[in-house]
Amino acid sequence: MTTRAQAASAAAGVLAKPTIPASTAAGLPDDVPLAQLVWDEILGPGDYAARVLSRGSRLRLENLEGDGCIQLLAFNADQTAERLNIADTVKVQWQAYLSAGALLLSDMGRVLLTFETDTCGHHDTFCGASSQRRNGPKYGSGANHGPYPNARDRFALALAKHGLGKRDIGGNVNLFKGVRVEGDGALTFLESSSAPGDVVVLRAEMNVLVVLANTPHVLDPRSSYVATPVRLCAWRGPVTAADDPIRTSTPERQRAFENVEDHYAR
Amino acid sequence: MTTPAPSPADPIPDLAGVVLHDEVVAARAPWSRVIERDQVLRIVDLEGNQAVDCILYDAHDPTERYSAAETIVEQRNIFLGVGTQLLSDEGRVMMTVVADTCGLHDTSGGACSCESNTLRYGHHTKHQHACVENFLQSHAARGMGKRDMVSNINWFMNVPVEADGSLGIVDGLSAPGKYVDLRAERDTLVVVSNCPQINNPCNAFHPTPVRMIVWRP
Repeated sequence: MTTRAQAASAAAGVLAKPTIPASTAAGLPDDVPLAQLVWDEILGPGDYAARVLSRGSRLRLENLEGDGCIQLLAFNADQTAERLNIADTVKVQWQAYLSAGALLLSDMGRVLLTFETDTCGHHDTFCGASSQRRNGPKYGSGANHGPYPNARDRFALALAKHGLGKRDIGGNVNLFKGVRVEGDGALTFLESSSAPGDVVVLRAEMNVLVVLANTPHVLDPRSSYVATPVRLCAWRGPVTAADDPIRTSTPERQRAFENVEDHYAR
Repeated sequence: MTTPAPSPADPIPDLAGVVLHDEVVAARAPWSRVIERDQVLRIVDLEGNQAVDCILYDAHDPTERYSAAETIVEQRNIFLGVGTQLLSDEGRVMMTVVADTCGLHDTSGGACSCESNTLRYGHHTKHQHACVENFLQSHAARGMGKRDMVSNINWFMNVPVEADGSLGIVDGLSAPGKYVDLRAERDTLVVVSNCPQINNPCNAFHPTPVRMIVWRP
């Protein structure tokens, strides 16, 4: 039975919603194990989500129409003072551009998430999240209650629901939108960073709290607020094995996994 | 943690104003001070090639703090130099780089920590002193803590990004006596770690003292 409220949502074109229970999700590819699915949700323009994922889980992000931008924070879910550290992520791996095989490192020398799959290859570690100060003049509004919310204020709401606040907003990565650093240090925004159907699969190497907002990249030059829907889903999976090819790819990555195992040794 | 101020006979080049504070920060040590609006902080690389890790906080509300991303986006460039406005996470100007005899500074490479040292240099380096230790010590004294840690500035440190995205800490451009002047646009708490790293070229493998001069033009 369709209620009046549901009919109103449909009439307003609201597509972004979670599938509950997640295991009843439709339209996912065969390599997603439905029986293990714990989360299925579409983030429309300006939408956000926060979720705790268990160690070994996979988080799949599909850029359905190719023009979404997911601004991502990540924390150790069990002790949230430990969080994603962008500088350590790029410095320890000697690489500013994230792609398949890259780790997202915490500020405690551990790996929070691994890029297990990445068909896009353009993600940004330099530019951070959009803010009220930038979205207001650019789009006419940047408020949470308006049509063009900014990522920082989305983060603040998401974190508040986990007992966290402004001090917990550290550096984020931007998925599906890239920048290039020129020889003199100047930044060039890559306008065609992603294509419809691009997929990133992140493997949780710890129990993680992920916070995601789908808002335009801060350097997106368009005056219109474009953030096309991104589908998120997650499923339970095995903890990374000792012979995992990403884990063993460099001595630095190997030690990041060793530090995770040391952390969970009780 | 700091040694006595230099003798007044020590020359201060190119400084036209009233000196309010003058101090040498020992190698490996922390330092912090509120720089009031319109005061200028000069950081002098006394012996050359010494990375000075630095985070800024609003002196009256330290939940507003330096943002590497906001600073980079505002100037569309990853390097800091003369004219760079150092922005907060609220997008407001905290300090401006008003003089710089070095030419290039980093805000992408972050601070060394005991934990990241284990990744970069091996588990045996875990107990070496590190910048995050200095920051946390300064924060604890002011009722702040780990949640107040954010990506920092590395004065006098050189971290180029190559065309393929590869990034590394390379020999600095700094030399003895090079300095940077930061004008406070608001009352700003400046927290510094005189970097103790000995495993990469950021300090020429040999941490050295730096000099902090606060003056009013």
